[in-house]
Amino acid sequence: MILFYLIAILLGGAFLSWMAGRLSAALPRIISLVALTADLILIVAFVLQLDTLNNKWLVDLNADWIPKFGISFHLALDGLSLLMLILTFFLGIISIIISWKEIKVRVGFFHFNLLLILAGIIGVFLSLDLFLFYFFWELMLVPMYFLIGIWGHEKRIAASFKFFLYTQASGLLMFIAILALYFVHGRSTGVYTFDYMQLLGTQMGYTTELLIMLGFLAAFLVKLPVVPLHNWLPDAHSEAPTAGSLILAALLLKTGAYGLLRFVVPLFPSASVSFAPIGMLLGVVGILYGAKLAFAQTDLKRLVAYTSVSHMGFVILGVFSFNEIAYQGVVMQMIAHAISTGALFILAGQLYERTHTRDLNKMGGLWETAPVMGAVGLIFAMASLGLPGLGNFIAELLILLGAFKANVFMSCLASVGLIAATIYSLRIVQKIFLGKKITDWKFNDLTIREKIVSASLVIIIVWLGIFPRTVLNTAKPALQKTLEVQKENNNDNNKTESILDLRFKN
Amino acid sequence: MSNFNYTLFIVLIPLAMFLLLGLQGHKFKKLSGILGTTGLGIAWILSLITAYQYFFVYGNVGGVFKPMLAYNSVWLQMTETLHIDMGILLDPISVMMLVVITTVSFMVHIYSNGYMKDEQGFARFFAFLSLFTFSMLGLVIATNIFQMYIFWELVGVSSYLLIGYYYQKPSAVSASKKAFIVTRFADLGFLIGILLLSFNTKTFDFISLTDIHGPAIACGAGASFLGLSVMTWSLIFVFMGGAGKSAMFPLHIWLPDAMEGPTPVSALIHAATMVVAGVYLVARLFPVYAISAPQGLEVVGYVGCFSSLFAAVIACTQYDIKRVLAYSTMSQIGYMMVGLGVSHYGGEEGLGFMASMFHLFTHAMFKALLFLGAGAIIHAVHTNEMTEMGGLRKYLPITHITFLIACLTIAGIPLLSAFFSKDEILTAAFHNNKLIFFVQLFVAGLTAFYMFRLYFRVFWNKEPHYHHTPHESPLTMTIPLMFLAVCSIFAGYIPFSQFVTSDSKPFESVMEMGIAIPSVVVGLFGILIAFVMYKKETTLPDRISTGFSFFYKWAFHKFYFDELYLFVTKKIIFRFISRPVAWFDRHIVDGTMNGISAVTNYVSFQIRGFQSGQLQQYAYVFVSGLVGLALVILYAFVK
Repeated sequence: MILFYLIAILLGGAFLSWMAGRLSAALPRIISLVALTADLILIVAFVLQLDTLNNKWLVDLNADWIPKFGISFHLALDGLSLLMLILTFFLGIISIIISWKEIKVRVGFFHFNLLLILAGIIGVFLSLDLFLFYFFWELMLVPMYFLIGIWGHEKRIAASFKFFLYTQASGLLMFIAILALYFVHGRSTGVYTFDYMQLLGTQMGYTTELLIMLGFLAAFLVKLPVVPLHNWLPDAHSEAPTAGSLILAALLLKTGAYGLLRFVVPLFPSASVSFAPIGMLLGVVGILYGAKLAFAQTDLKRLVAYTSVSHMGFVILGVFSFNEIAYQGVVMQMIAHAISTGALFILAGQLYERTHTRDLNKMGGLWETAPVMGAVGLIFAMASLGLPGLGNFIAELLILLGAFKANVFMSCLASVGLIAATIYSLRIVQKIFLGKKITDWKFNDLTIREKIVSASLVIIIVWLGIFPRTVLNTAKPALQKTLEVQKENNNDNNKTESILDLRFKN
Repeated sequence: MSNFNYTLFIVLIPLAMFLLLGLQGHKFKKLSGILGTTGLGIAWILSLITAYQYFFVYGNVGGVFKPMLAYNSVWLQMTETLHIDMGILLDPISVMMLVVITTVSFMVHIYSNGYMKDEQGFARFFAFLSLFTFSMLGLVIATNIFQMYIFWELVGVSSYLLIGYYYQKPSAVSASKKAFIVTRFADLGFLIGILLLSFNTKTFDFISLTDIHGPAIACGAGASFLGLSVMTWSLIFVFMGGAGKSAMFPLHIWLPDAMEGPTPVSALIHAATMVVAGVYLVARLFPVYAISAPQGLEVVGYVGCFSSLFAAVIACTQYDIKRVLAYSTMSQIGYMMVGLGVSHYGGEEGLGFMASMFHLFTHAMFKALLFLGAGAIIHAVHTNEMTEMGGLRKYLPITHITFLIACLTIAGIPLLSAFFSKDEILTAAFHNNKLIFFVQLFVAGLTAFYMFRLYFRVFWNKEPHYHHTPHESPLTMTIPLMFLAVCSIFAGYIPFSQFVTSDSKPFESVMEMGIAIPSVVVGLFGILIAFVMYKKETTLPDRISTGFSFFYKWAFHKFYFDELYLFVTKKIIFRFISRPVAWFDRHIVDGTMNGISAVTNYVSFQIRGFQSGQLQQYAYVFVSGLVGLALVILYAFVK
């Protein structure tokens, strides 16, 4: 039942803060903070009392919901979703803290939306029923739309609209694919069900499998995002309030990656393998294209947004490499990117609060004014360019290593992304903190509240870089299982050969 | 076997100092210099103990210096067989490097207490110095190629931070960025090389990689690509990383600019330690190069040879004293690469390897001395330009003498350290590749010329009008100078062939007079020309440079390599890649999406003539589309 409580606490907290918002502005903040902290403590306490993390499913909750249509309330937790859950709660807490001063209007409603998004996200990470999954998937969207549309910057309406359209349209494609899978499975076995465990290994023709998979891919690739479906992202990120950008970059994008690992690979074992060359190509294109566009940006938030496109390219490259090393890298990238990009968005928010601009050309030489901020910015720029000792390095290294096994050419191309990352990351530091001071801005360095946020993020990114085992060992059983299921069900290997296949043959 | 556990502290002390000074440095103020220096002093003493214990007590087992793992732990278990370790590997070259790094770093620490004392970010400077020392030490003691890569990158970052130390100076900022990006570009080759290498040999571990009877070397004759084996390709890629860090042609462009950093940094990083990392990398994998990829080693040799000539020519034309030294560094590293390139594996055939390591050792001492001396000069006259100097011997007696010693050493004057090491490289080259030998002999003359050009211009020649009288530096700065001068004189008497050899077996090396004499003569000749041209103020240099104006101009502008790179990156890449990509994103990607929405808009408008907001139109289109698609699927699947 713990999984149900996790979601219930967030939903309860959401409604409470909305109502409490009428009483005072501080109350919703405290309520949200309490709800998220409670969730975090709950999940950590639960994990600590487990004997082993090696079981495939650490906890499984399966209750009937609408039995007539084979819809169940099926939640389950494995190592992968555990990591994502902890990440969600932690960043949720951070996003409350950073919004403490930034959000001044309709505070209650803001926190209602925030908690609702988070509830949707953890629902996505836990659902093992496709209908339920879709429900949570949609639950994330509307509050996010409000978050950008109400509390965002100047061009927020257009941005929120674009975000909504892209994700909604692709979500609907996924819904159609879910229905198709439901019917295909029902027709071949007589059991009409949305249950993930039962749908695994559904027998279907290759074309059917491919088409249904493309439906799922549409949703996940837009979320990730993959070039050329990325255009919602820079707008949404740059116009959202800081907490919104943080959640978008750090968590929402990860639902796409999670979906690929959890659903696309095991449910469509043959089709996903035959899609692999295209998938890897999309990954490489994303890495280079995102980086290339990141160079050109003068808006700090937009720049960071494009770096996300680039970093997520590594995720899709890893997912379609189909080996354990790459998958470990993907999980690591999901977490490390969440922390490092989240931190950069927070930095952008802090700068905006002080200078009221996001324009890099108006900044410069701020190190002198705010050395602590500069040091934090430097650390996360270094994380973003893949400096050893910080989490992102492990992630990108493992992905490249894994991808190298799958496809030498793609892997080498992708590694060019590391140089690109160096260039745009150094540009961030240089434009903001180094060089001659061009303005006479006087402002305070980080406050205690901000220092706590930044310090906790720094500690985590360093921890990830130095002790990656904590994360990798947690996720390992889940990843191995995913690959096993994929290999087991992929019985027709001859179909998986493709013209684009440049795999290394020794 | 002895307990070498304490070697861990050599690495950890600088790390601790970095954390302490980085986080709390502002509280210590001036004390931070003393703290950092003390920490490094301890590390230095520990390194000397390690060297003693390794070379004289425990290391030599049955006439061979065995590699020893002082510490090892699995850091990242990727699959059952593949893992990345973190550990400490002690073997002759790593122990030698420990001594070199801690010695120079310790001297630079002491020196910086004086040189940097009025700077604002005093604690920050020492924090970064400690970070650099930590990374560099981690690099040389790496037990496996991945550990090396990790510290390799950290070294790059510390170099970036230190070059950009004067962060308000735009030239320093752009130099630091350039250094980082160029070396990282090279590291890309290194990474691909590692991936290829480990893919073929299934191991990252240095001990098993370089085991001449091991599987790694055996798979040298694997699949081939463009006429070279995969092994050769991977080693050439690895060398690309080394060439980047060691500023070999054509990846050298960052080094002269890196002189924007504080001078002690140039001494430590861009002369004595970091820039020799590339040499160390090749030396580390030497058995693999020599046995399974001799073509790779040839590349190393030719690149080194060309770089050393190229840099020496440019050095003769520069006026900024630090830049002269930077090109000199590049040239000397070229020597070391040549030494490796002309060497074979085992016994006396491995003379080049030994000589290269020997030269690395002596070069660290005299080049650090030269840079620190240059720092003392700059400290005294507040300029880098040698045109604004002259006659300084009267004002800076200690700096003058120590600088002279260093110049004589680098010129290869007999009985000073570089005479021995350079001579051995030339001997090895003579026996293996005559072309390289003659080029290097010529470079030896050039070296003597440009160093004494610098020496005479600065310490003799006509005295310009100084704003205030130059004065000798404080003791904190002169003590390191004197110590390094002593090292430069006597380091040559260490019998390197007894300790550091390609197969870890000692051998006797003999000096060949037929090679030693010409090289000394060439060196003296270079000094003589410099003496004639620069001892007194004459118009001779100007007349010569006008006489060779075309060539002189090319050399003075560093053969326009910066411009070439700028042209390629700015003009070609920007114009032919960036712009089309940006255009594509704006017009095609966004345009298509806008087009779709426009069409949708239009269609829905046509259908119902909606007057209200867009959202409803879209919602309508989506819902109808959804229903339509659902119907199609229902029809297709549920009959």
